[in-house]
Amino acid sequence: MTEPLLFELSTPGRRGYTLPALDVPASALPDDFAREDLPLPEVSEVEIVRHFTRLSQLNVGVDTVFYPLGSCTMKYNPKINDAAASLPGFTRLHPYQSERSVQGALRLMFELQEALGEIAGLPAVSLQPAAGAHGEFAGVWAYHQHRGDAARDKIVIPDSAHGTNPASAAMCGYDVVTVPSDAQGNTDLAALEALADDSVAGMMLTNPNTIGLFDENVVRAIEIVHNCGGLVYCDGANMNALLGTSKPGDLGFDILHYNLHKTFSTPHGGGGPGAGALAVTPALEMFLPTPLVVRRDDGSYGLDYDRPQSIGRVRAFYGNFGIMVRAYVYIRMMGADGLLQVSEDAVLNANYVLARLRDVYHLSLDRTCMHECVFTDERQVEYGVHTLDIAKRLIDFGYHPPTIYFPHIEHLIEGAIMIEPTETETKATLDGFVEVMRQIAREAAEDPDLLHNAPQNAPATRLDEVTAARKLRLRWTPQ
Amino acid sequence: MSNIPSDLRYTTEHEWVRLEGDEAVAGITDYAQSELGDVVYVEVFEPGTPLTQFKPFGVVESVKAASDLFSPLSGEVLAFNQALEDTPELVNDDPYGEGWMMRFKPSDLAELDNLLTAEGYEKMLAG
Repeated sequence: MTEPLLFELSTPGRRGYTLPALDVPASALPDDFAREDLPLPEVSEVEIVRHFTRLSQLNVGVDTVFYPLGSCTMKYNPKINDAAASLPGFTRLHPYQSERSVQGALRLMFELQEALGEIAGLPAVSLQPAAGAHGEFAGVWAYHQHRGDAARDKIVIPDSAHGTNPASAAMCGYDVVTVPSDAQGNTDLAALEALADDSVAGMMLTNPNTIGLFDENVVRAIEIVHNCGGLVYCDGANMNALLGTSKPGDLGFDILHYNLHKTFSTPHGGGGPGAGALAVTPALEMFLPTPLVVRRDDGSYGLDYDRPQSIGRVRAFYGNFGIMVRAYVYIRMMGADGLLQVSEDAVLNANYVLARLRDVYHLSLDRTCMHECVFTDERQVEYGVHTLDIAKRLIDFGYHPPTIYFPHIEHLIEGAIMIEPTETETKATLDGFVEVMRQIAREAAEDPDLLHNAPQNAPATRLDEVTAARKLRLRWTPQ
Repeated sequence: MSNIPSDLRYTTEHEWVRLEGDEAVAGITDYAQSELGDVVYVEVFEPGTPLTQFKPFGVVESVKAASDLFSPLSGEVLAFNQALEDTPELVNDDPYGEGWMMRFKPSDLAELDNLLTAEGYEKMLAG
């Protein structure tokens, strides 16, 4: 790394700030609070400004490079979102202000709830959860409350699921039962039938699934779970593929969480927080976290806490409001037609990449994909080149690598390279990426060491990830 | 081809077990370590924790993945291989020897019949 740590820039006695002359009587710190051994870095103001400016220039993000990080929907975040979220009428609110004085913010939240309910086909919405997994936790918990049925102790989850699904189910006290994928990458219906009995509380399903494929068995799978008395939870992480084309509620799902920070821009929170809004059927509305934003009979907006069956609060105050503003602006700027085009273009872009790389990288499942495509390193392994090497080599060409080694499905998908281009990229950008991926496939056969030693054209070359994970060094100490 | 000692019994989740007197030792197979890649962390439940056959007894993490470890037999945890705290790479280097993970007291040896023999495990890997 070319940039030293602030501690390494330190020179004893150097200061970035000088206190004004003392204008009160001097008084010594109590001995308890005084210490000699506080090795804070000592630098001048210009040194610290340059240090952080240089670090910011090393940053990689959607505003600097193509970022096809599968499963994360790293779409461009329109600047108008940030402009709206920066309006003083939003930034200067205090969470304890009276309802009367925050009508604009409450209206925005109410209309966002309505829009998300319409998009999901699940009309009751809570904006409280702070991220996707938090939404899952709240959703499963709300569901559990609804059942009040301790005899149902199992949640069924496909082997392709995001790791957060079994974690959320386990946190809510359920046993997780895995249902395998069939040879086409859909839920294995025969295996699901065999599991479906009166011990099953529900199933969590991602659609499109983590392989980027529309689960062709989704309607039947939901029926099977409903028929045995369970509910079906949709992990909405991949909603970018379905906007305006398929409502999870119409497919039969009972609960869905959104990742507002994927589907509605602000990927990875735009560097900040996320938001995991929860949408449910009318039958489950009473269990949603409080407060919900409501429109009262006189047309004013308010916070409704009077929900005795609610699972209660899941977060301080009202959720991550800044992300809601951005999602709201995004939805309003796009409109219904625009959102439909988002998904159509996201699916088209992913299939374009798939079609242009399928002759050089292995596809475990040769199907039309949805918003992302999953290759593996199977054809490169014979040259001793693995997925990690391909990802590292992409850095040399200025691309953020795709998601790697996920999803992992034993005997079906190993060494995954998961590419999600999103709808916001031009054909020229996709062509540039495709050409580089094709070149890397040639290099793997002709000069594998080029890949083993990659990246060379980056601030840091190949990092020793194994030693970093085995010998954690979490604090700087003087050499 | 991965190494599958003939004197051990195996789970379908790639753990092995070896009986030593009235105690037993468990770890993960050569195939499992090669699939996981470089192991960076191993955690086994505290001594005294009851074990149920095919239920978790700990966690293994590699640079690629984190996985539950599944107990080959029911019983009670006796000890964790402390050497893995500082040198988890023993799991990669010597999965059936110095890379062992848990010593435990099995409660029902009849459960051995639920496990795979080396031959059965090899057949499973061949798929």
